[in-house]
Amino acid sequence: MNKLKIFTKGFFSENAVFVMLLGLCPTLGTTTSAINGLGMGLATTFVLVMSNIVVSLVKKQIPDKVRIPAFIVIIASFVTIVELTMQAYIPDLYDVLGLFIPLIVVNCLILGRAEAFASKNNIINSVLDGLGMGLGFSMALTMLGAVREILGSGSVFNIKIYEGDGALVFVLAPGAFIVLGYLIAFVNRLQKRKNI
Amino acid sequence: MLLLTGFKNEKIYKNKKPEEMEYILIIISAIFVNNVVLSRFLGLCPFFGVSKQVETAAGMGGAVVFVMTVATIVTYLLQKYILISFNIEYMQTITFILVIAALVQLVEIILKKVSPSLYQALGIFLPLITTNCAVLGVAIIAVQTEGYDLIKSTVFAIASAIGFALSLVIFAGLREQLELADVPEGMKGVPIAFITAGLLALAFMGFSGIA
Repeated sequence: MNKLKIFTKGFFSENAVFVMLLGLCPTLGTTTSAINGLGMGLATTFVLVMSNIVVSLVKKQIPDKVRIPAFIVIIASFVTIVELTMQAYIPDLYDVLGLFIPLIVVNCLILGRAEAFASKNNIINSVLDGLGMGLGFSMALTMLGAVREILGSGSVFNIKIYEGDGALVFVLAPGAFIVLGYLIAFVNRLQKRKNI
Repeated sequence: MLLLTGFKNEKIYKNKKPEEMEYILIIISAIFVNNVVLSRFLGLCPFFGVSKQVETAAGMGGAVVFVMTVATIVTYLLQKYILISFNIEYMQTITFILVIAALVQLVEIILKKVSPSLYQALGIFLPLITTNCAVLGVAIIAVQTEGYDLIKSTVFAIASAIGFALSLVIFAGLREQLELADVPEGMKGVPIAFITAGLLALAFMGFSGIA
């Protein structure tokens, strides 16, 4: 697999949200607006890239039997770094994302990449993989957040698009499920067309 | 209708002591109003992963009730007697996830010895629970966001887990019916499952009138 493909597969063919359905909790829980989605996506990307680097560096030292707990400790350390940094420098976003920042630890996307890619590949490929997967995840979250924000409050990235308040239900829980359902159907359709 | 039920509840609870009332409020809010899955978005992976049949959904629900309760009690004690007293609250994320992972293993080993039949029933679901963010999420909500005491945390954990099991079983029932329904080609599989979950969440939103 060449380097470009390792990087780009996270955006389309193996997109974490639309294709692999990984990391659904933050995907639905934090995307009340495009900004929140982007913030969550970038925080996850940072943890993903850093944990991929460390896992690929220490992969030879970790015995096979305890690799999963070891990966979890590595991931949890970076999550703590992100948590403290966000609390110090962007407290507004920290308050909005709240519970979902410590929950990056149990995002199956990160553990999945550590297990499936970083523990088998060299450091450069692992960085590219983490970056691609993370940015693909951020893209999906931003898209979902933008759609929900447009439908739910009539604006995107806090810029007003049309008058009025929009349908509140799209900002609340049910809207998240419904919008993601339609987005996945849309992505499936795009992919089918590409294959034909 | 909602107003009416809300009013009725109020009347019933008026005669009770405020403390009992608090527990009832915690239970109702954790099961229905702030349902872990449909309103807090926790534990979505098993929600979509093991909800194809009612039977497996019930098995998973049972395992989660068990683990979530034990995990919340243990993490509560850990937070209170170790993390806070040594002033290292920032280690919370790392300690909690490790404790939960170890706990799941421990529960698995104990169940295997003590009750093989229960182990057979829950066995395959137990390893999956480590990555269930609902367990970690509920533990953090109980000790940090809400700041409950030990008994309230336990009640909250049990009620949350029941809410999780309830929504999982309902959703599995809906998906069994969905298998027979005539769904447009592009919406088959995952998309229609999400939209169904959305409608279920809409139904659960109706409960917000109670609180």
